[in-house]
Amino acid sequence: MKALHRFGATTVVTLLGLFIAAHQASAQIKIGAVLSVTGPASFLGDPEKRTLEIYVDEINAKGGVNGQKLQLVVYDDAGSADNARTFATRLVEEDKIVAMVGGSTTGSTLAMIPVFEDAKIPFISLAGAIQIIQPVHPWVFKTPHTDRMACEKIFADLKTRNLTTVALISGTDAFGKSMRDQCIAVAPNAGINIAIEESYGPRDSDMTPQLTNIRNKAGVLAVVNPGFGQGPAIVTRNYRQLGITLPLYQSHGVASKQFIELAGPAAEGVRLPAAALLIADKLPASDPQKPVVVNYSRTYQEKTGQAVSTFGGHAYDGLMILVQAMQRAKSADTAKVRDEIERTKGYIGTGGIVNMSPTDHMGLDLSAFHMLEIKGGDWTLVPGT
Amino acid sequence: MAELLQFVFSGLTVGAIYALVALGFTLIYKASDIINFAQGEFVMLGGMTTVFAMLAGVSLPLAALIAIIVTTAIGLALHRFAIEPARGASPVALIMITIGASIFLRGIAQIIFDRRFHSLPSLFGDDPIKFGGAAILPQSLVVLASAIVIVTLLWLFIDRTLLGKAVIATSANRLAARLIGVDTRRIVDLSFAVSAAIGAIAGVLITPIALTSYDVGTLLALKGFAAVMLGGLGSALGAVVGGLLIGLFEALDAGYLSSNYKDAIAFLIILIVLISIPRGLFGRAKIERV
Repeated sequence: MKALHRFGATTVVTLLGLFIAAHQASAQIKIGAVLSVTGPASFLGDPEKRTLEIYVDEINAKGGVNGQKLQLVVYDDAGSADNARTFATRLVEEDKIVAMVGGSTTGSTLAMIPVFEDAKIPFISLAGAIQIIQPVHPWVFKTPHTDRMACEKIFADLKTRNLTTVALISGTDAFGKSMRDQCIAVAPNAGINIAIEESYGPRDSDMTPQLTNIRNKAGVLAVVNPGFGQGPAIVTRNYRQLGITLPLYQSHGVASKQFIELAGPAAEGVRLPAAALLIADKLPASDPQKPVVVNYSRTYQEKTGQAVSTFGGHAYDGLMILVQAMQRAKSADTAKVRDEIERTKGYIGTGGIVNMSPTDHMGLDLSAFHMLEIKGGDWTLVPGT
Repeated sequence: MAELLQFVFSGLTVGAIYALVALGFTLIYKASDIINFAQGEFVMLGGMTTVFAMLAGVSLPLAALIAIIVTTAIGLALHRFAIEPARGASPVALIMITIGASIFLRGIAQIIFDRRFHSLPSLFGDDPIKFGGAAILPQSLVVLASAIVIVTLLWLFIDRTLLGKAVIATSANRLAARLIGVDTRRIVDLSFAVSAAIGAIAGVLITPIALTSYDVGTLLALKGFAAVMLGGLGSALGAVVGGLLIGLFEALDAGYLSSNYKDAIAFLIILIVLISIPRGLFGRAKIERV
């Protein structure tokens, strides 16, 4: 009896959903988004949601896409992959979306991939891990650069400075672990020899023992620290405390003003790879990304009163790649849109210049990263990177 | 040798942090048998309030004073509005209340302050003191010295003042204490206020080394609690020795073995100590105290 009730209720809701969907189908293109707006990953989901809302409004104010307005349906997974999958199913079955921009974390993205693959709906993820696009899923794309690229960028810089024997000190949190694995995987190809490896807990308050071991290791020419949060700031301080003078490389995980504030004078001379968005005002006028990142930063700051983060930029890129694909396809047909997303060439976004292909569903190369050096408490671009 | 000395310096730095956090557990436990799991949040409030008062343009000493007063008031409120109304409940239920309070305070802090990491300036600058080929920050010595000062003050208070005797009387038998004219509610009030103040002082002093954010309290409370268990519940000296020992274990593990096993080995040693000396290094059986 209870089951029958539930069946009845579900049917009514579904029919209602279908009715509403059918009613609006003529006028609107529905785009779904499952984002971690609250919870531990809210630093990702919150700017992503704000960005999508700002730009969907802006596109609609200019007349929409192919004469149809966009309608954004956002669900908050609160950082849980389980919730993400439930919402993904709801977007497909009840909201009848034509495309999806979102999935703030790697975990939620991986949980949602089967749903969109089965439903044959284009899915542009905003999460970092390389597993999202390798192996290639026909309907799944992503906009952010990967940890692997950050390692390759650091190693390329080390190679040009002829510092080929390095020490690795990484955090044991998800970000630090994942990037450490990628760094170790790409090191041989990049011609880098990792002589010693140390790690620290994400909440540790002193890393001098690990750094002492690195200092005492013969032959080390530079130190690389894949990490996120406050750990890298403490590593940098302890580095100076011990008087280590080898070049220190941090990761894109701490590419924010906050790192310079926390590490203080110890941050002087530290190098790290970062996306163009964080150094919008520092880019030379000749840089093709300059107008895009300056515009996005200005718009986001005006509308929200907050500083830009790269994460909001990933959402901007996802939405624009999708909108441009729909314009080229001259329709919102899911299969045509998918084909056009895959044909994206020379899209200039906040994360880099995107050239997708059937084998590359991210489309970024190492030029997406700029090598920065901290001088006088501010970023400077390292020439020639 | 220089290597070992550096590991010891690291251990003292981290250990002094744990010791200062652990001290906050002592007085509340002494007066009421409650282990206050919101102690880590007192530390967080001390650090974060100072950071935000300084952002508002207040100088460091005044900001620290504001933070200590605010945190003390919150400690009092915790007792008056959450612990006292449930005073008939078992210690386990009261401990649950403190866990709830810790989650509540963390949630509020995340709304009132923010979710970013913050730092504070060190009292004597960031130039390390070099000794025998190893380096230690002056702030680490400040934390260590403060722990020693607080232990001494607590000892003087408990052993040398009438009010201190009243705390012990309250802990030993609340009804009997009340019969001889001790206002036990006031005494427990006092213990929460002083513990909160110790937590806030810890927060101000360790933030230049360990940084702070709305959620630093959880892990600090856990490590502080481990230090208290190792040193012996209710013993201020035990809290400091326990904290320093755990810090040293961790630093030596990170230096000589792998930092992956650091926490595991530290807790393994605690287990071994507790199995052989269940009351901890400096713990005394209650019966001896009465």
